[in-house]
Amino acid sequence: MAPSFENLRDEDLDEDDFDVDDVDISDLKEKYEVQLEQGYDTFVVIDGLPKVTEEQKGKLVKFLLKKLKTVGNTREDLIYMPMGDDGKSMSFAFVEYSSAAEAAAAVRQLDLVPLDKKHTLRVNKMTDVDRYGREGRIDDEYTPPKIEPFQEQEHLRSFLADPSGRGRDQFVLYRGETVGVYWNSEKDQPEPVVERQHWTEAFVQWSPLGTYLTSVHAQGVQLWGGPSWSRQRRFPHPFVNLIAFAPNERYLVTWSSRPIAIPEEGHPALSLDDDGKNYVIWDIDTGKPIRSFAQIDQPVQLDEQGVKKPQKFPWPAFKWSADAKYVARLNQGNSISVYELPKMNLLDKTAIKIEGVMDFEWAPATPQRDSIKTYEQLFCFWTPEIGSNPAKVGLMSIPSKEIVRSLNLFSVTDAKLHWQSDAAYLCVKVDRHSKSKKSQATTLEIFRVKEKGVPVEVVDTIKDTVINFAWEPKGDRFVIITTTEPVGPTAVAPKTSVAFFCPEKAKGNTIGNFKHLRTLDKKNSNAIFWSPKGRFVVIATIHNQQSSDLDFFDLDFEGEKPESDKDLTANLQLMNTADHYGVTDVEWDPSGRFVATWASSWKQQMENGYHVYDFKGEQLREEPLEKLKQLLWRPRPPTLLSKEEQKTIRKNLREYSRVFEQEDADRVNSADVAVVEQRRRILEEWNAWRAVTEEEVAEERDIMGLPMDPVEELIRIKTEQLALDDTEEKVIEEIMEEVLEETEEIVN
Amino acid sequence: MRPVLLAGHERALTQIKYNYDGDLIFSTAKDQHICAWFAHNGERLGTYHGHQGAIWTVDVDPTSTILASGSADNTIRLWDIKTGKCLKTWEFPTAVKRVEFNEDATKLLGVTEKRMGHLGSIVVLDVKVDVEAEQNDEKVLTIVCDESKATVAGWSYLSKYIIAGHEDGSISQYDAKTGDLLYNFSIHELNQPIVDIQWSKDRTYFITASKDKTAKLVSAKDLEVLKTYVADTPLNSATITNKKDFVILGGGQAAMDVTRTSARQGKFEARFYHKIFEDEIGRVRGHFGPLNTVAADPTGKGYASGGEDGYVRVHQFDKGYYDFLYEVERERQNKQA
Repeated sequence: MAPSFENLRDEDLDEDDFDVDDVDISDLKEKYEVQLEQGYDTFVVIDGLPKVTEEQKGKLVKFLLKKLKTVGNTREDLIYMPMGDDGKSMSFAFVEYSSAAEAAAAVRQLDLVPLDKKHTLRVNKMTDVDRYGREGRIDDEYTPPKIEPFQEQEHLRSFLADPSGRGRDQFVLYRGETVGVYWNSEKDQPEPVVERQHWTEAFVQWSPLGTYLTSVHAQGVQLWGGPSWSRQRRFPHPFVNLIAFAPNERYLVTWSSRPIAIPEEGHPALSLDDDGKNYVIWDIDTGKPIRSFAQIDQPVQLDEQGVKKPQKFPWPAFKWSADAKYVARLNQGNSISVYELPKMNLLDKTAIKIEGVMDFEWAPATPQRDSIKTYEQLFCFWTPEIGSNPAKVGLMSIPSKEIVRSLNLFSVTDAKLHWQSDAAYLCVKVDRHSKSKKSQATTLEIFRVKEKGVPVEVVDTIKDTVINFAWEPKGDRFVIITTTEPVGPTAVAPKTSVAFFCPEKAKGNTIGNFKHLRTLDKKNSNAIFWSPKGRFVVIATIHNQQSSDLDFFDLDFEGEKPESDKDLTANLQLMNTADHYGVTDVEWDPSGRFVATWASSWKQQMENGYHVYDFKGEQLREEPLEKLKQLLWRPRPPTLLSKEEQKTIRKNLREYSRVFEQEDADRVNSADVAVVEQRRRILEEWNAWRAVTEEEVAEERDIMGLPMDPVEELIRIKTEQLALDDTEEKVIEEIMEEVLEETEEIVN
Repeated sequence: MRPVLLAGHERALTQIKYNYDGDLIFSTAKDQHICAWFAHNGERLGTYHGHQGAIWTVDVDPTSTILASGSADNTIRLWDIKTGKCLKTWEFPTAVKRVEFNEDATKLLGVTEKRMGHLGSIVVLDVKVDVEAEQNDEKVLTIVCDESKATVAGWSYLSKYIIAGHEDGSISQYDAKTGDLLYNFSIHELNQPIVDIQWSKDRTYFITASKDKTAKLVSAKDLEVLKTYVADTPLNSATITNKKDFVILGGGQAAMDVTRTSARQGKFEARFYHKIFEDEIGRVRGHFGPLNTVAADPTGKGYASGGEDGYVRVHQFDKGYYDFLYEVERERQNKQA
């Protein structure tokens, strides 16, 4: 009952007596209390200082300050050096920085830095000292670390030994939620190696030498390998989007569009320093992060409507040199930062300033240049025209940072850099505009890297837009695709031309000038896929609704050579043409024997599945697979055979092939026998089932007193009735007309 | 195999049925009449008028005397084949999606649609194969499908079971006398409806066609899946051929899912599979819309397909078809001879 005015009690009256302190707000306090401890984040503890007296203290502090200021902001009065009872310092000091980031930098950069000959600085975060060094956390007695007994690891390259002895290659299929690895068995159903549900969340990727299969999850990246497909490594980079391996499989770059946020309770692998970073470079052998980087913000670009274009993040952002000793990142327009492995320190502590630099590309192999004895890594870069300075393409040698060659170019709208796989050539595809900026033309500037002085050869001015370019791997020929129509998303695929180029025949060991070999017009092709061993190339139309041609070419056709090509080092022959509707991807197997083409459900929904062709373009297999996302051949490490051994094998190929052909024939025969046997069994089973069923039904009919054929009886009755109804016979006539011959005569 | 093109319908075909002797073809479409055709030359025998909505289904008794049809006008009608007269009309609360006579045509079942608060059901009617006789008004049996609605149904051998295919991809076996559910098995992908069931000649096994791109051969007695035929397109219909051990599947991307009109893309082809070995043998093109229904001539001489394009294509098999044998089949034949 609510208190009414008549019967008010005392308690109801004295509202003023209400005691604020009685209210329990501890829960709110806990929630909103400012956490003061966090202030300690800016403190570091410096250990390993010399013991000094009060008089010497000032000098030491000043000396120390010089070092401390190299990483952050601090002052003399922010250094506190406690003195012991004996009037001497206790060889440590507390230092406060102006921010937590600076304190973190101090720990990273000043720890283990020698102060003088006898003393080495040890720098720790105050919070770490508190966290790890608190009483009870450290045993007073030293216990040696336990060394785990050596455990035999699985053989990570076991996949190279095909159990069937046929040297088959493996590929991974990711479809629906299933990831499976299979042996390619040419015409037959691929033989499964391993198959797992929900193995990955985003995609799968092989490491460059095929050792590991990578699965990508929201929590990070995992590497799998060995005969049991066990987990080899984990790299917990949360929300990772893309990954890239170093060419020697020793390092891994992971990238996430979301900056890393280290939770308060810490992260199993990453530290507070990594907070806010997007890239992490990992050491695959140890599984530990080496260094992390934040994204470089691209200058904001506006499109025609003045709307901000979404930022583009070039991938790979970190590019590896061929020997994986260096990794470099472009800061577009300003510089290239080259980092040295394994410590990931910036080469010579500075980024290489190149004004206006647009793009760079490492040589894919260690270049062997004429009369240069020290083999250094090489990268090329280009800069656009700035003011009155011409555009420039440069080759820089690392670590000497020497410019090996540079080339000035005019009227450049864009340039693309294409290395040949042995780093013997570099082709720079230059899109040029006329002075009025109306017409476009493309030139190909080819740097002969191996020759003395790196001569540059210009190949043809091409009027049309070049939409694709590809060098022959390990060779010196290339293919370009050009179009006269503007590039862009159009409903009808643009008409394109495919042009082949090769060097002229030259005397001695030299390579002649590049000459146009042949152009094929009126195509829709837009992609070039060279065999990894060279010689063969597939020209394809991919990502296209209307056409999906695959043309298989041989550039060293062993047939008759046209007279016009007699001075050229190629004999082009179209071997076969295939059509794979809706094809989105094409990939050669590492041996160059097979080509897989597939239609991925990531790119289009129709007729997902894959085809396998041999190098001649003959289709071996086709398998429609719902929700197929990826098909990737497992790469192989380079061969262990020497050049001479390879040559011997090639010479005796006929003998080897005889053995293999016999094996193939035997296998086909036995497979045929197995198929026939299987069919015979199926047919027998079916007939047996029919016999049993028929007998059962007949029995049941008998029991139920039904006629054996239910319809026969009905029809007999019906025909009798009909016979009664109309006794007169009807003659049904049907007139057929057939024209045997037709002649037309014109009478004058 | 040159087909005869029957252009008598103005809208999409829904079902095609051969009579027992294989000389007549009955076809229904979303336009409101049933057509009867001579199978050998494609001449039209006549049409049956009366339905007020799309006609979903048709069946003919073994003596080719009466015809049953089910329609979106919520009725099952019985017709005199010879005169085209409507003999009887049964009314239901919802559309009728499938009708079928049992083996001696004493009973007729109908599958009614789930709509407007009515659950889908399978009804059984008594019929007399006599154009003079008075047909019974009352339903003998009603099976209500409360789990997932039945899309198609049929009678097994001896009229012992009623087999139904459901929208959720399962099949059920009911006791044909009591209507009790005996078994229910999910045989197709979940929630991919079964859209057709057709019987073998002796009704001991049947073939299902599903939107999950497969057709399955199932035994009527224990609902065991005997064979599976995998296609690369959603199926609308499947049939078993007589004389030769084949099955014919029909389907194609539904009109609303086709982004291009190319006949190649839509996969508007009748596909032949070997009934026992499950291999695809060949395809017959021709329609320029999905195949809604395929039917095999009970005498084994041909087949007919009806498409979304409104055409019925009647094919007579030629010599190559009869000669086609697997090595093991020939072996067996020689042994028996």
